[in-house]
Parts: sequence; structure tokens; C-alpha cells
Amino acid sequence: MSLIVNRIGPACTIQDLGRGAYLDQGLSRSGAADLLALHEGAALLRQSPMLAALEMAGMGGEFEATEDTRIALTGAPMQASIDGSPVVWNASHLLAKGQRLTIGAVLKGAYGYLHLGGGIATEPFLGSRSAHLTAKVGRAVAAGDVLPSGPDKGDAGRKLTPAERFSGGLLRVVSSFQTALFDPETLKRFTQTEFRRGPRANRMGVQLESPGEGFAAQGQLDILSEIITPGDIQMTGTGNPFILLPECQTTGGYPRIATVLPCDLPRAAQAPAGGTIRFQFVTLDEAVALHEAFVKDLARLPRRVEPLVRDPHDIPDLLSYQLISGVISARD
Amino acid sequence: MTHADSFPMVRNVGLDGMLVTFADKMTEASNRAALAFRGALENAGWEGVLETSTSLASAYVRFDFAQLPHAEIEARLRDLLSSRDWYAAPLPAGRKLWRVPTVYGTDLAPQLDEAAAAAGLSTEEAVRRLSQSRVRVLTIGFAPGQPYLGPLGPEFNIPRLQQLNPMVPEGALVLAISQFVLFSGPTQTGWRHIGQTAFRCFRPEMAQSFALNPGDEMLFEPVSRDAFEQIRADNADGTGGATCEEIAA
Repeated sequence: MSLIVNRIGPACTIQDLGRGAYLDQGLSRSGAADLLALHEGAALLRQSPMLAALEMAGMGGEFEATEDTRIALTGAPMQASIDGSPVVWNASHLLAKGQRLTIGAVLKGAYGYLHLGGGIATEPFLGSRSAHLTAKVGRAVAAGDVLPSGPDKGDAGRKLTPAERFSGGLLRVVSSFQTALFDPETLKRFTQTEFRRGPRANRMGVQLESPGEGFAAQGQLDILSEIITPGDIQMTGTGNPFILLPECQTTGGYPRIATVLPCDLPRAAQAPAGGTIRFQFVTLDEAVALHEAFVKDLARLPRRVEPLVRDPHDIPDLLSYQLISGVISARD
Repeated sequence: MTHADSFPMVRNVGLDGMLVTFADKMTEASNRAALAFRGALENAGWEGVLETSTSLASAYVRFDFAQLPHAEIEARLRDLLSSRDWYAAPLPAGRKLWRVPTVYGTDLAPQLDEAAAAAGLSTEEAVRRLSQSRVRVLTIGFAPGQPYLGPLGPEFNIPRLQQLNPMVPEGALVLAISQFVLFSGPTQTGWRHIGQTAFRCFRPEMAQSFALNPGDEMLFEPVSRDAFEQIRADNADGTGGATCEEIAA
């Protein structure tokens, strides 16, 4: 089974949970910017969250099924329709052979996901199917490509209420090894500042802006290049923060003020341009407890999936059901 | 060997990492300590360790804290630290020496003269010294497979450029702050482009995607432009004519 890509936005890549163990070779993890969305798609299709999906930054595309294919749509909601009839986001659907799935612009958030029953089955590289464009691993999906899917059986027509994370908000952070380079006054100001997501945002990182003075570390120019991990909040030379995402560099000389918890990284990645972001330090013990709760929530996702009942409000092509013409009448 | 009280230092990296730092400067000894400590971490094979790596003067470990809680791994790291003088430890076994044919200068590497002048040397003398410098892979980073190499002599402690080089190609040998970087892909850089090789550090299409490991050593041996062009024309394996031998432990 496979989907033919007829049209596609400029920043769509195949992503899974990423490749974990190549930091020593200068290759960061990559993987979906919103890992929660991968788990939601897996729950909707009742399959493994290890399977790869199509990550669509800002804009989707048009896809055609070569066989009957189960799909699910998660992450940032986008306009979506099958053969012209709108379909529900955060749900699984059957795309029958020859049908066209059209996914438009993002409505809120940044990254939407298209999941296929059986997962997207491209050739893995170093144990993962994730593209890593900054490392020149893989490439953006282009018109004319075919997305192959793995063996699949099961049903569709299920929905899930997603965790809200598409308009910025509060991000919990822990201190990291360079936090102490920032004086207490700067750290306090950092947690009291309401930031706005700036125009520069991609899978490497998200720029934040705030009025007033920047957030510089002491001796910022003399700091030895050190390990970078996703979630680190890096202060550039001008003292503007960047939240680093799955395609970040593996080492760098700009100091990191704190690290965003994995459970809040989807919210960071999905913040739209102009969305507000605030930070709150939690202790390592609190962070461990929050992470454990997050892992439990992920494991519970399959049980939160419900049947997709077609509410009349969800049927925009109601007229085509001929309720009025008398074929289906009140007397039937 | 004595060090300031604060080193070695054990600190957390975000939620799931620990960093053991041997100095706030890259020196031969602090880098060797980091490589040796990481080697010992790998050998220890603690359950719950997800990956290890090194930066210029630190060893890093990422772990599953559900299996190996923070307090437990920190105690183990401190035990391992106190088990020996890591600044006097030998480098881990299994390292390799690479000899890489290199064109110094010419239009292929146009900043050699400028770098030599910044080092206070004639171009010939700079090439002689650089080509005889057996350098260590201090760390790999910034881009996949890309080594930071050194230390070079103090005369090569020249600053980075104020203006970035718009683009140097894959295989470029660049110089600043008594270190080389051998670029794994075309990139902008503030380092001076002094040599060109056909050595590919990152070979994603091949079974062995990464050519080098931290702790390996390299010699950049001068070849003529003609010899280099022949190497480049027949470089299916990506080694750029380099030879490789095991370093005896």
C-alpha cells in the first residue's frame, strides 16, 4: 500500500521517534518536533508509536491512495478533506483506493501529522526513518514521491481529544549545567518575562523575543563549546533565547540558561509565530514526577480513543444526503 | 597533577544527562581525561545508560532515570572519578591513525598564506609544521562526523575571522585557535581554509557511515595538486586516498 504525493508544502518530512545514540558522532536525534502527536496517531490507528509519519510544517498537500488505506491526522489542526468533503482532525479515517486527501494550511500551531496504517515504511538510516535536513540525512518529501506503508489491518473512524498545546503557554524547565553562569537577577527576570515566539522557527529551534534587555551570561564569549540537547534554551550573542529542537547542533558555545522538560517540548515546538511563552523552573525531583506522569499519559492514550460518531454538524455536505428531496423522508 | 578544587565537576544536563567536566579549557590533558573517562563509562556498561559522548573537556552520559535514578548515577560517577587520576590516564584502546593526502594552499585552499602570516611564519614553514602535526580527534560535533583536531602548536593560536567565509567545501581543512576542523559538508565558517582533502567524514550511503572516532589521530600529508586531482577522480570509497593503521595500546 502507498500514498502518491500529488502536491506538497515546502517543509514536510518523514519523522519517527528519532535516532538516539549518535551524539558522539555529531548527529542529533531528529524525530518528530511534536512527539506527543506521534503517540496520538498511533493510538488512533491502534499501532506502535515507533512507526513513522509525515510531519507537515505549516502546509500539507494532496495525496492519493493506491489501495484502501487507513490514515490518521494529528498535531496542529489543518484544513483537511477527502474528495472535497471535510474530515475531522485528531481522528482516523479510511481513504479508499483512488480517493484524494487534501490537507491545507495550519489553523493553529505549527506541525501537523499524517499517519498511515502500518506506518510510513521507507528505508531506515541508523535505526530511524527520521529526516534530518540540517545533517543532510533524508530530504523533504516532494510532489511525485510515493509514501509506502507497512503491512496493516484494522479499522478507522476513531477520534481523540488532544492535549491543548497549539498556542504557546507555560513551559516547565530545569536548571542545567550552565544555568549558574546567569546571575540570580537575570534568572528571575527570565521567569518573569512574557516572551513571544519570533519569526525564526524551524526544526533546529524556535526564536523568542521580548522587549527590553537581553539575558546574557557572565563571560559569555569565553565559554568552551559544550554538549547541546533538545529542549535547551540557548542565549545567542544578543541575549535572545532560542529553544532548541530535534535538529539542533550537538555542541555549541552559546550558554544555555535552562532545559525545557520533554513533556512541554511539544508545546514549545507548536507555538505559533507571535504566541506567548513563559518559563517556570521546577526542581529535578518535580521534573522526574512530571515526566513519569507524562509517560503514563502516553501509555493511556489508546484507552482515550473514542468512535467517531458522525454528528450532523460534522457533515458539511449534508445536502448531498438528499434529506430534502424526499428520497429520505420523515415518513420512511 | 593538581587542579583547581572545582574540577573535575559533575553536573546535570537537563533532565536526563550528566556531564563530567575536567577543565574549563581544552588542553591535551583535559581532553585525554574526558576521552579516558568516557571509555571507562562504556566499559562499565551500567544498565540504564542510553548513550555517552565527549566534548572538548567533558564526558557526557544520557540515562533512563526510571532505571538509574539521578542520585544513583551521580554517586557512581563520583566513585569512578575517584578511582584514579584521570588527568594522567592513557587514551582508550582501539584508536586509529589516519594519514590523509592534503593540498595545502593553491586556489583550493586560498587562506593558507594569510594563516601563515597570522602565525608569524613563512608559508613553507607553516606547511612543514602543520603537515608534521599528528593531531587527535578532540571531539566530533557541529555537523555529523565532523572532527575538531588538535592541539596544534601555540603559534597557531590564531583568532577566528570576523567575516565568515561564505562557503568552504566538504573535505576542507580549516584552522583557528590551535585546532583544525575537517569539514564533513559544505558550510560557512569563521576558520581559515588552509588545506583541501577528499576525505569524507560522513558517508551516509555506506555501511560504516562515520569514518572517525573521538581519540583517533590524523596526519595531513602534503600532495601536489595533480596527485590530489587523481585521488579525487577515483574516490568511490570516500577515503580520499587516506591510509589507516591501528594505534598500539
